[in-house]
Amino acid sequence: MSHYSAFSIFKQAMRGNRGWSRAWRDPEPKDNYDVLIVGGGGHGLATAYYLAKEHGAKNVAVVEKGWLGGGNTGRNTTIVRSNYMMPGNTMFYERSMKLWEDLSQDLNFNVMISQRGQYNLCHSPGQMDAARRRGNIMRANGIDADMFDRAEVQRRLPYLDYSASARFPIHGALYQGRAGTARHDAVAWGYARAADKHGVDILQQREVTGYLWDGGRIGGVQTSRGDIRAAKVALCVAGHSGHLAQMAGLRLPIETHSLQAFVTEPYKPLIDTVISFGAAHFYISQSDKGGLVLGGDLDMYNSYAQRGGLPIVEHTLSSAKALMPALSRLKLLRHWAGVMDMSMDGSPFITKTPVDGLYLNGGWCYGGFKATPASGWCFAWTIAKDAPHPDNAEFRLDRFERGYQIDEKGVGPHPNAH
Amino acid sequence: MIRIECPVCGQRPETEFTYGGDATVRRPEMTNEDPQAWIEYVFMRGNPRGWHREYWHHVQGCRQWIVLERNTLSHEIGQAELARDAARAWSRTSEAAE
Repeated sequence: MSHYSAFSIFKQAMRGNRGWSRAWRDPEPKDNYDVLIVGGGGHGLATAYYLAKEHGAKNVAVVEKGWLGGGNTGRNTTIVRSNYMMPGNTMFYERSMKLWEDLSQDLNFNVMISQRGQYNLCHSPGQMDAARRRGNIMRANGIDADMFDRAEVQRRLPYLDYSASARFPIHGALYQGRAGTARHDAVAWGYARAADKHGVDILQQREVTGYLWDGGRIGGVQTSRGDIRAAKVALCVAGHSGHLAQMAGLRLPIETHSLQAFVTEPYKPLIDTVISFGAAHFYISQSDKGGLVLGGDLDMYNSYAQRGGLPIVEHTLSSAKALMPALSRLKLLRHWAGVMDMSMDGSPFITKTPVDGLYLNGGWCYGGFKATPASGWCFAWTIAKDAPHPDNAEFRLDRFERGYQIDEKGVGPHPNAH
Repeated sequence: MIRIECPVCGQRPETEFTYGGDATVRRPEMTNEDPQAWIEYVFMRGNPRGWHREYWHHVQGCRQWIVLERNTLSHEIGQAELARDAARAWSRTSEAAE
């Protein structure tokens, strides 16, 4: 497989671009793997990559029921940030942010990381206090954060509604300059190509339908195209975590909900950053192709349907208009939904499970994309060493019975409210 | 838009309702001192892919809590009954089982 560089582009251009080799192999499965990862999205492929690269694992495979990055990796709004503040998750997300910064070079694949900054708008004095507290916790942990008052936000984002009639007046914003966006498909493809280069077998179009057992221990998986044996099975299946855990006899503190996202028709460069509305759940950025990418609340009821209902469309677009009245003339180009593994405290799991040989990476709620590099890095560590890294030590299933929930939003065990 | 057949008001749009979550979860007896039973009750969910029994509150209608059967994969709507009636039916069957 060729190394991508400016020189390789020039060389291939001279030959009419007919010499490019495929980016990863399409192998037949071996009889037996040391580690089998279920789910060929960003998290699963990153886990395979770091297992091979950091831990020297030679015999690793990823099974995927559809195509790479066809689930939530290709359905999110591409925002990356590390503005968390709870003990147990702050440094995990900062590890992710640091990995993002070098990811294109590390993978030799342009994931188009763009550190364009992210504003969390505040609409009341109380929200300003909460944002200041969050910013101070971030800075105490060595993460960049800045507080801006209304005048500074207006200078930087003049297109928001600052009129006297604004439904939710802007008081200021918490800003993280290193946050931004990345190209979601490229993250899956980059990890897939780099993992394949390290000898990982990527097996697409194979849906896991059950497990193989060696006594009480997992011995592999049954798939729609034959059984595959493995010493360790690792789940990275997002919204389907509950479904695959149930096949192994596990109940999880997870409900699956659907979250919608939207892209407008392409428009002139308008928003050169990421903006999160503070009065309702709403966030917006602009893609390199010009489409405004926006998202809002969950549909609120359990769903595996990968499509959403119209009440949330109206709610999200009302939020857009309340924030930026100029958007009212834009047309929506596309609108879709992904299935979210909403955990009971809004925080994820990267952990061993009570089932011997089964590992779980899930419960990402709608914050999974930004976590992709650290999630793979920490999950690979957990699988290779059979113990968590300090950065994911709190992402265990037993935190609920120990009373150590990581409830960033502070809303209690209501998955649809996180 | 989901249209829910409210036992009191007839077919009404989902925007009049608030979702109340999994209706198969049962609170342990107040005398139950086993922490595992309470952890199950507060945190663990079946999360089925398919038919799901769930609470909805007709908050902008008759204000009754109802138990609705809904398919989480297809969004198809099944039977709805008043939560009151569902609870009575459940306590009858659990008494019969004892």
